[in-house]
Amino acid sequence: MDPTMSLPLAQWAVFFSFLSAILPLLFLRRPYLLVRIAFLFLGIAGIASAWAGATALLTNHVEQIILPLGLPWLHVFLRTDPLSGFFLFIVGLITFIIACYGPAYVRAHIGGPCPIGCLTFFTGLFAGGMMLVLLAADAYSFMIAWEFMSVASYFLVAYQHDQAENRSAAFIYLLMAVVGGAFILLAFGVLAGFCGSFSFAAMAAAQVSPAWSTIAFLLAFIGFGMKAGIVPLHVWLPLAHPVAPSHISALMSGVMLKVAIYGFIRFVYGLLGGIQWQWGVLVLLTGAASAVLGVLYALMQHDLKRLLAYHSVENIGIIYIGLGLSMIFQATGHMEIAALALIAALYHCLNHAVFKSLLFLGAGDVLQQSHQHDMEKMGGLIRIMPVTAVCFLVGCISISALPPFNGFVSEWLTFQAALQGTVLRSGILNAMIPVASAILALTGALAAACFVKVYGVIFLGRPRSLQAAGTQETSFGMRFAQILLALCCLIFGLFPTWVVHAINVIPARLLGVGLSKVADNGWLWLAPVSKQTASYGAIPVLIGLLVSWFIVFIFLHDPRQDNRIRIAPAWDCGFGPLTPRMQYTSSAFAMPIRRVFSFVWSIFEKIEPARQGKGPRYSLQITDWVWLIIYLPLGKLILKLAERTSRIQGGNLRVYLSYSFFTLLFLLWVIV
Amino acid sequence: MIDWIFAFLQTVGFVFLAPLMAGWVKWLKCRLQNRQGPVPWQPYRDLLRLSRKQVVLADTASPVFRIAPYIVFSVTVVAVSVVPIISVQLPTAALADVIVLVGFLALARFFLSLAGMDIGTAFGGMGSSREVTISSLAEPALLMALFTLSMNASSTNLSIVIAHLVQSPFVLYPSLIFSSMGFILVAIAETGRIPIDNPATHLELTMIHEAMILEYSGRHLAMMEWAAMLKLTLYSVLIANLIVPWGVGMTLAPRALIIGSLSITCKLVLLGGFLAVSETVQAKMRLFRAPQYLGLAFILSLLGMMSHIILEVR
Repeated sequence: MDPTMSLPLAQWAVFFSFLSAILPLLFLRRPYLLVRIAFLFLGIAGIASAWAGATALLTNHVEQIILPLGLPWLHVFLRTDPLSGFFLFIVGLITFIIACYGPAYVRAHIGGPCPIGCLTFFTGLFAGGMMLVLLAADAYSFMIAWEFMSVASYFLVAYQHDQAENRSAAFIYLLMAVVGGAFILLAFGVLAGFCGSFSFAAMAAAQVSPAWSTIAFLLAFIGFGMKAGIVPLHVWLPLAHPVAPSHISALMSGVMLKVAIYGFIRFVYGLLGGIQWQWGVLVLLTGAASAVLGVLYALMQHDLKRLLAYHSVENIGIIYIGLGLSMIFQATGHMEIAALALIAALYHCLNHAVFKSLLFLGAGDVLQQSHQHDMEKMGGLIRIMPVTAVCFLVGCISISALPPFNGFVSEWLTFQAALQGTVLRSGILNAMIPVASAILALTGALAAACFVKVYGVIFLGRPRSLQAAGTQETSFGMRFAQILLALCCLIFGLFPTWVVHAINVIPARLLGVGLSKVADNGWLWLAPVSKQTASYGAIPVLIGLLVSWFIVFIFLHDPRQDNRIRIAPAWDCGFGPLTPRMQYTSSAFAMPIRRVFSFVWSIFEKIEPARQGKGPRYSLQITDWVWLIIYLPLGKLILKLAERTSRIQGGNLRVYLSYSFFTLLFLLWVIV
Repeated sequence: MIDWIFAFLQTVGFVFLAPLMAGWVKWLKCRLQNRQGPVPWQPYRDLLRLSRKQVVLADTASPVFRIAPYIVFSVTVVAVSVVPIISVQLPTAALADVIVLVGFLALARFFLSLAGMDIGTAFGGMGSSREVTISSLAEPALLMALFTLSMNASSTNLSIVIAHLVQSPFVLYPSLIFSSMGFILVAIAETGRIPIDNPATHLELTMIHEAMILEYSGRHLAMMEWAAMLKLTLYSVLIANLIVPWGVGMTLAPRALIIGSLSITCKLVLLGGFLAVSETVQAKMRLFRAPQYLGLAFILSLLGMMSHIILEVR
């Protein structure tokens, strides 16, 4: 690998993304060709981006150029370093897989009410925008790329705009993206005010007073948090993700949220510096709240994609727990543990990108084939779509943080960082970290419960509707993409030492300290602190599983006896014939948990007794408290204020002219 | 090399002796309730009988249903292999620390619950739903309790934790008391014993574990039952070796091994006795009382951890 290749390659990746947006527009009359060309270039962009990112990360090299674009005093700085390389790798990997998945998936939209060129155009802009955010090394180009990403994804969410629900979801998404962007702009503004320049290098060198740096931190925390989807800023996620086409949901949930995390890490660790432990506490608590509330809300959903969107809130929460721990440890001077927590957070970014994309692609597959959004009407799909079912199972195990897949490794690392909390000397911090790890444990267990529900209701059992029964397996490209992602889940789970070793250069640059002993025990053993403290060998564990499986198989299959299996109707304790309606549904499955944690949701439950000719009816409505407490009152307040303000809008030209005149006078007075 | 052979032998021995623990508890419980009771080695007869019977599979079963018993059983065996039972010199303990151990148990439960959902009967779904509810409350409490015990040794490697506990002088720390209480409550819930679940009943509306494995037969059922017995014995060993660690051998010397085996046998016999007595004097609680029980376990474990961090770390 040539270390200087990372930046040119990344630029090519951006170029190809934009090409995949623009070039297909020449073929609007031939939609099949259009789709092929668009995704071909998107795939090339993905490979280039992943290659560039891997180069920057593995060679631990920083490469920078200044493009002669923009105003004479405001050039565009582009840069690759290990941190942006790591995220470029994530973006590239997922973009490439989307490009494999896309052609077959998008074909269903050809001839539909919405033009296909629109979809590919904004997909290209979206991917290119995300890569540019990662490359930008000054606030000006960062903001432009950021808004590129936001606006392009708005059009993708609004793609199927013939339904009113989609339009309102897209509008809320745009609103929150704009407000979030404003916060980020203000955060950069604080730093630019201290250093007088927009380049990241100057901002990193600036001396910011503690009070102002806290203000900048809070602005960035809200701004990036709005995009990442932390509680209570998460409300756009469960609205926007279900209405976007599934491969776009995968890109948004798997990658765009990670870009927000990148922005947060870059801003706090790279530019701001001087981290205070109170910031870490804020991040830790927000992360813990997001994790547990995200998974609890997810449990109550029966729209598959909305459920997955709430799980993104949960996983972002887990990443924030890692970041919060890292900030607390760094502020109190325990650099090695801070590095461990940061690695855990970054590793979870990678894992979440992989398994969440896998689950969204699987969900897209299921939705496209069964034409059902509602889990209550699915069932038994494993018999019809075996490949999708196996890949989805891998995704479910990974997201539930079960060994030996990847989700487990990053949660294990987060636990290891939290368990080092006893080195802290402050009572309040000491008490907080165990609570955070308790919440992490609760989150993991609830996530497993949720995915038993998802998998059991969708893929197992018997079909609950005619559409579900008429489903068929999908085309090769879609299956191939899912198989690739499932393999990634396994590989990142089985070879954690290599991944951690590769990521290790990032804390070494950001904190000045990496994990020194991570590779001491060979690649088989993941022992981040020391082998005495904790170790995990994923491959021996897998071998142990297979060996005991083999032994028990041999043991129970005595060749002297008849080992054939007899197929018969289900026993069901001898009760009468089974119908699919007797199965547990998604709502029924989650009922005990709904009862245990009933204070978390606003639950509206109604049972109408049976009347003549009609059976009893049961209706259940579960709403997010955040909507009811924060957003609806806020919306009302803004409308009321707008009404008040509209009084100055008299419709008289002379009044408007006098407004301008007095404003001008006021400004002159301020400046002079 | 010798320690790897020892680890293998210990695992095999444990797997084959675990049904005895289940049989012992059952026999004792029957005796306490003035019943005749099956002989303690009855579980072996049951397992043998089941493994010889033909498997009858429901026509709605998917491959998940067929591989679930193998996964549940082999994951439980791997979980058993990483726990120091007789001696702390166990190389496999480095493969998986307590967090991974909890992860193994969660993985086994994941497949068990999926198998419950697979046939499409109401009983299976009911069992799975209850199982995941209870375990999602029990698992955090379990992790907290294990974390507290492992923080004493500042390691999550079970061998090192137990070696540390054996070697350090015995002091009844508050954290030890709280987390042991929490741990025992969780162990009772997780192994499906009274007052959370009743292992003796079938066809009762309150059942959890039995509801999930209702459709299994033949060797598949044998594996599921055996895995449940392994889990019961595994939790007993964890209680025995983490809370009263004395007697666990520090080396692989014959003397240490003999003392270790004798002490773990005595501890398990005693623990089985306690379990039988507690199951005799208690009644099973309503399902929606279980969250209170598990909430208590969680609070106890959290208290244990808090008191360790705030009071004991200096």
